[in-house]
This record gives sequence, structure tokens and C-alpha cells, in this order.
Amino acid sequence: MLNFPIYLDHNATTPCDPRVVEAMIPYFTNSFGNAASRNHPFGWQAEEAVDYAREQVARLVGADPKEIIFTSGATEGDNLGIKGVFEMYASKGNHIITCNIEHKAVLDTCKHIEKEGGEVTYLKVKDNGLVDLAELEAAIKPTTILIAIMYANNEIGTINPIREISAIAKKHGVLLFTDAVQAVGKIPVDVNKDGIDLMAFTAHKMYGPKGVGALYVRRKNPRVKVTAQIDGGGHERGMRSGTLNVPGIVGFGKACEICMNEMEEETKRVSALRDKLQNELLKIEESYLNGDKDHKLPHVTNISFKYVEGEGLMMGFNKNIAVSSGSACTSASLEPSYVLKALGLGDDLAHSSLRFGLGRFTTEEQIDYTIEQVTNTVNKLREMSPLWEMYKEGIDMNSIEWAHH
Amino acid sequence: MAYSEKVIDHYQNPKNVGTLDKSKANVGTGLVGAPECGDVMRLQIEVDEATGVIKDAKFKTFGCGSAIASSSLATEWLKGKSVDEAIAIDNMTIVEELNLPPVKIHCSVLAEDAIKAAVNDYRKKNGLPELKFEESVIH
Repeated sequence: MLNFPIYLDHNATTPCDPRVVEAMIPYFTNSFGNAASRNHPFGWQAEEAVDYAREQVARLVGADPKEIIFTSGATEGDNLGIKGVFEMYASKGNHIITCNIEHKAVLDTCKHIEKEGGEVTYLKVKDNGLVDLAELEAAIKPTTILIAIMYANNEIGTINPIREISAIAKKHGVLLFTDAVQAVGKIPVDVNKDGIDLMAFTAHKMYGPKGVGALYVRRKNPRVKVTAQIDGGGHERGMRSGTLNVPGIVGFGKACEICMNEMEEETKRVSALRDKLQNELLKIEESYLNGDKDHKLPHVTNISFKYVEGEGLMMGFNKNIAVSSGSACTSASLEPSYVLKALGLGDDLAHSSLRFGLGRFTTEEQIDYTIEQVTNTVNKLREMSPLWEMYKEGIDMNSIEWAHH
Repeated sequence: MAYSEKVIDHYQNPKNVGTLDKSKANVGTGLVGAPECGDVMRLQIEVDEATGVIKDAKFKTFGCGSAIASSSLATEWLKGKSVDEAIAIDNMTIVEELNLPPVKIHCSVLAEDAIKAAVNDYRKKNGLPELKFEESVIH
């Protein structure tokens, strides 16, 4: 039995695992204490729960619990990691290297830093969505203090060669920050093996609650420090003040533990479903895979269906299937996805893209239904598409003088 | 953002999808928008030469649901109208009929532009001067 709507937008957010919710519940009511209350059992209980969660989170990424700073989510982690390093290492330099398909939380933080007198290099990714290592190394200057490159991309699911990137950073004595929101909990991430100095991630992308995340800050080889961006009671070793979100942190810890225990099995199952979806949809004429085919998260695929528009396409099934599109029409800006454009896709293909994000509770039946619905809608809309008719008649669309908006 | 029922109905059951014979003198074709902008509309009218009344109208649209609905609605409204009546169709009446939200007003503008382009194509084919229209404001 299929229950509607089917959720295939797990890059946007994930449902809480029921086991996560169960672990959180006592910390709303009975064990409601403030983890910073040092003088009574309510505080002790909360602190103990936070410490335990900190271990669960640290274990998933191979870190020491002392290296985990709890935040409100990855946007805060991105801000704290990048701005915090920029301010702390101001005497060393002011140059940061990032890339043009980072999440807005990184790009806009970098823009802010430019206004503060920082210098930022935005590397262009290759057509497959990956960072060019030679270009990265060439961009390093004596003033470079930080490389901020995402672990995996949220729109196309591509995974950057993070170990090669960290080797370059280390060679030049530059710190490496990575936004690992899409990777942690989905693929093995190990801050030591990967050579990461700072890393932002969040609970709600890995079956935990919204509103809680973490910034990993390396304590050894080298010892990294960040300037706090929120002042107050000096929580989280002075790096992030604010009463800890105890139930959220407990849920985050539980979510990490579940990911750690079940990642291998889950990856096998979900990637098989993703492959089936991807292979079947790529059988549709004039459909194209966006982003590298191999260096890719196991649960994501992003495909453009030429000559149909993404939002129009989603409308064919979005009562029953939730996906997202790189089409402009989903935003007020009328600009299609900057990530897809950075891959060198024309605006027409960027407008025609759909992102599918599978998850822990996705079933084969759901995937079969999705394949059928997407295929039928693409065919139906192409019958309605003047561009498809031109394509079929062999008309060169570049020869037409379009009235640009 | 949820679509209005009328948009959904036009999307699911579009009226007058198709192609008229461009080579006929009494068929006018308007092709507006651009693939890079995510909207391309082709609207065609077939005019009864004796009466000057539009006897058939067809469209094909690449675009979002609101763009498809706007063009589908336009073809419905065009049939039975004279050419002069056709160019009087205002995009805001499309917006009102379909309950389009502000971010989708450009879809109705495109439909209005497509009507005007089709009429001008028809006029040109029949030795009439092309009509000048004011630039649409919202694009």
C-alpha cells in the first residue's frame, strides 16, 4: 500500500526517527534542567545527557567530544567556523578560498567577510561539480588563512575529494573548514582521516530534530580557535554562548548513534533504490544527469529533462511526490539554480531539473511509482511543449531570436 | 505556494493544445518568451476570412503550471472573438480568472504578448500594418 504524499526531498530535511523522538521526550518534562546549573540534580542530569550526546556525535565523525561545539544548526556553524577563524587569525592573513557552489550560508558569510576587509577567492568547480585541486592549490597565497569547501553538495550530491583538499591545506599551513551537512550520517566522515580542522553539520538532515547542529573545532595538530560570534554566559568553552538545547542535543546524539550503527546497511539499500530511479529516468529521451556520476552521495540524484520546465513538471505529481527543482519558478528571483549554472548548464537545462533525495524510509514501491509518474508527466508536458516540437522537427533553437525578459 | 483550482484544472486538462498550419494565410502564430527564462509560449489563431472571427486557437507552452494555464485559458477566450476583440484581452483579467499570485503575473503577461504576436503575424500575412503595442511592464 502506498501512502501519499511520498517524500523524496531528504536533502532539504529528514523526518525525525521515532527512536530519536523517544530519546528526547523526557528532556522536555521531567529532566528539563539547564545543563549549566551546577548546583542541583536537575542541572547535573541535563549536563550528563549533553555529555553523552556529545560523545555520540563525536564518535560518528571520529572526533574527541571536547571538539564538538553545539550550535543551532549548520548555518550557525558555517558562520561561526568561517567568521570565527577570520577574526581569530586576522594577524596571520585575511584571504579565504571557497567555491561557487557552496551553500548560501557559506557564500553569504564570505560576502560579509569581504565587506569586513577580507579577501575571498571563489573557485569555479569543474563541469562535474568537483573542485579542481590544481586551481585550489594555485589560489593559495601567503595571506591565505582558510579553505572553506563543502564535503558534499546539497543540490547535485557530488562529494569533493576532501582528503586531497586537506593535504593541500596542510602542505601550505592553511586551515580547512568544511560544510558537511549533506555528508555526515550518510557516508563515512572522519575528521582525522579526512584532515578536517573545522566542520559544520546539523541534526535535521540525519533524522534528528531541527534547530540543533554542531561545529567541530580541532584541538590538536593544530589547535584551532574561533572567535565567538554570540556573546553571553561562555557556554561551549566560550565559543558559543546560550543555554543548551538539551532535548535537541539528546536527539542529535541519538540520531548520530543510529546513523553510525546503520549507515552501511542503509547505504546499500538506499543507493540501490537511487540507482534504479536514476537509471530508469535516464532512459527518457533527452534527459541528463547533473553532477559527477561516481563521486556522489548514495541517496541523491539530479536530472534535467530537456524541453520541459521543472516547476511545471513537479506540478504533475507534487500532490503525491515531494521533490525539488532547480527551476527559477520556485523562487521569486526567476533565476535558475546557481549550482547548476556553475556546472556550465544552460539556463534551459537548469530550468528543467529535478532533485530526488531518498531516505531511510523510502521504499521500492515508492520509487516504482515515482518512475512511472515522472516519466508520464515528462511525456505529457513534451506533447505540450513548443520546444519539444521544434526539437523533433530538427529546428535549431539557437537560430531563433527569443524575446528575452 | 498552492495553486488555485482553476490553474490545476487547466494544467490537468489543458484546452486546445496543438498546432495549426502555419503556412495558411488565415493562421497567425505568436511565439514569445525564451528557454533561458523558463517560459516559452506559442499561441496560434485561425481566422474565418469572411467574418474576421477567430474560429480556432491552439497553444503549446514550455513553462510552469501558471504559464500553461494562462495560455490554455487564452485560447478558450480567443475562440469566437474578432481579431480586434482579441487584442483587447488584458493580462490582469487572466490573473483574476486564475487567481495568480504576484510572482506568477509574468505568465499572464506572456499570454497577452502571445495573443498580440499572433494577431500581428496574421495581419502581416494579410498585408495589414502591424499594430504597435506598449511594452508590457512586468516581465
